[in-house]
Amino acid sequence: MIALFLRDVRLSWRAGGGALTGVMFFLAVVMVVPFGVGPDLNLLARIGPAMLWLGALLASLLGLDRLFQADREDGSLDILLMNGTPMAAIVFIKCAAHWVTTGLPLVIAAPLFGLFMNMPPLAIAATMATLVAGTPAITFVGAVGAAVTVALPRGGLLLAILVLPWTIPVLIFGVSAAYGAVEDPAPFTEPFIVLVAISLFFAVIGSLGAGAVLRHSDH
Amino acid sequence: MSDITSKIAVRPSLGALANPTRFLNLVRILLPWLWVVTIALFIAGLWLSFAAPEDYQQGRTVRIMFIHVPSVWVAMFAYMVMVSSALGVLVWRHPLADVAARAAAPLGAAFTFLGLITGSIWGKPMWGTWWVWDARLTSFLVLLIIYLGLIALWRAIEEPAAAARPAAVFILIGAINVPIIKFSVDWWNTLHQPASVFRADGPTLSPEFLWPLMVMALAYSMLFLTLHLMTMRNEILRRRIRSLQITTARRAERGQVE
Amino acid sequence: MHLVVTDLSAIRGGEVIFSGLSFRINEGEALIITGHNGSGKSTLLRVIAGLLTPATGEVCLNGKPEGASPDFDDRKFYEHCHYLGHENAMKPALSVEENLRFWRAMDDEPHLEIPEALEMVGLPALAHVPFGHLSTGQKRRISIARLLVSWRPVWLLDEPTAGLDTGSERQFAELMKIHLEDGGIILAATHIPLGLKNTQSLVMNTATMVDETQ
Repeated sequence: MIALFLRDVRLSWRAGGGALTGVMFFLAVVMVVPFGVGPDLNLLARIGPAMLWLGALLASLLGLDRLFQADREDGSLDILLMNGTPMAAIVFIKCAAHWVTTGLPLVIAAPLFGLFMNMPPLAIAATMATLVAGTPAITFVGAVGAAVTVALPRGGLLLAILVLPWTIPVLIFGVSAAYGAVEDPAPFTEPFIVLVAISLFFAVIGSLGAGAVLRHSDH
Repeated sequence: MSDITSKIAVRPSLGALANPTRFLNLVRILLPWLWVVTIALFIAGLWLSFAAPEDYQQGRTVRIMFIHVPSVWVAMFAYMVMVSSALGVLVWRHPLADVAARAAAPLGAAFTFLGLITGSIWGKPMWGTWWVWDARLTSFLVLLIIYLGLIALWRAIEEPAAAARPAAVFILIGAINVPIIKFSVDWWNTLHQPASVFRADGPTLSPEFLWPLMVMALAYSMLFLTLHLMTMRNEILRRRIRSLQITTARRAERGQVE
Repeated sequence: MHLVVTDLSAIRGGEVIFSGLSFRINEGEALIITGHNGSGKSTLLRVIAGLLTPATGEVCLNGKPEGASPDFDDRKFYEHCHYLGHENAMKPALSVEENLRFWRAMDDEPHLEIPEALEMVGLPALAHVPFGHLSTGQKRRISIARLLVSWRPVWLLDEPTAGLDTGSERQFAELMKIHLEDGGIILAATHIPLGLKNTQSLVMNTATMVDETQ
């Protein structure tokens, strides 16, 4: 199983891998915000955590369609399905590798983009913490969408539409925890714990669901 | 007749430099000297920077200028190198042009990033914020995105020859951004100060700041040149490994037939 | 150890591909499946590989193969199979060795070392070459090497010699013979005469069994 993790990480960094694209898309989303809402620094600081979360959400969804598609196209998926390891475990490992190569760079880039949004240090730290806790949930719930759309030629857009409703709770608790850290009466800990719970829940449901879909889709 | 031949033999033309092997030999000879010059310039530049007096308005923070402004210049210079390389790819189909363009992109991105970071560090005490969305800063951030986009484009296309022309076209389109960066401070009302060195009416910067800045700019340019030659060398070697691997595969096939 | 298929049928898109298929293959035997295009050769192999669900019937492996792990009986049938489909299941960006090492680590019963396997398919010099740089025939031979780096008693081969030249075909027939001598079972959809002993053949057009056991 470590072999699968290492292979996927290695593939995303090799030529043709998409590890860089997600961060760039994130940057592009964050960059267009001031053009949309105007360059007022106070306003940007106020909407900063929400904008970072939206950017991270869209960037996370971006590369998910290739999660199983590449393996399906070259026949690897068949061989993985015939492996003795439960498919849910294989999905879990693939998601973990995907998050490390695309989600983690988003988290690392987030503080820099926070400065662009003129966010105070505490808000940046809180947003980063919520992104660490919340983006795995997007990857895992996205895995189900990726499994459903694996055989479709232009599954990327459909995947985003299918998965978006499930990411709403992640967004709600992620953003409210980030605001909870800076705006005084609002709590940080409670929404943060819920966010972690959502991630853990989706890690289980997403792996099982995507594994079952891949196993039973007669592609 | 013999006169002409000897001339060709003595003075290698630009066409001869296009030969990657000769280019690699040249780089091998030049590199140690380039490093010596670069390091010497940096020592001189940094010494002059710290010897420069404090600004009556900005105090000690003015010294950030000596690392910020050269980064920005080199970041834009790197793009101009890429533009000329792109022309080399599209017009003259020069074999080293694509290598030069590709090697300049990560360096340009690094200097752009350095320019943004040092600018932020300077902006915090001066403007009270790390970042503002004014025309100069935004257009410079766009430069970073163009660099990163190009790197991603090159990474996405596995075959180097296939990536050369699309990338060259993209570089030329992105070149529109360079004059926008340069003149943004004049065209729009920005928080960033207007140009004080390269102006039609001569520099407004006083000589005690101008000298260290110029030495540092030279040091940065030499650093870029040195690193650019090194990355070009790496890129050529990388392509050689690739073609060797392909030849190995073909040769294994022939061995099978025999 | 023997492989028993009883009353197997498959329906794809409302159409019966084959039905009532029963056969038994013993240790050291091969089944060569022939038939025109679209006769269901690939479907049959994919059903046996557990990648498609059969409409009726079942596939089972009776008896414990030599060297099998103690939890043998708990494992599903397809976990004892190597499947070589139309695709090669290799990543073009990774080297031949990285690809093979990955599959060797995933299948937990290592067999030949990677250099040995590459020697067997006649491509010992290509370990460090990215898979994407190989020719079609070489790619196929590397995916044949995958069958050798980990041990599975049953080989399911769908047009295994596609893209191979005659020399490589002979070489592959030799590898199949060795596998049968080691007590393996082979099911292959191919038109190439492989010159194997102990073969049965199945013609898919009529879905009837012709026994040619010698």
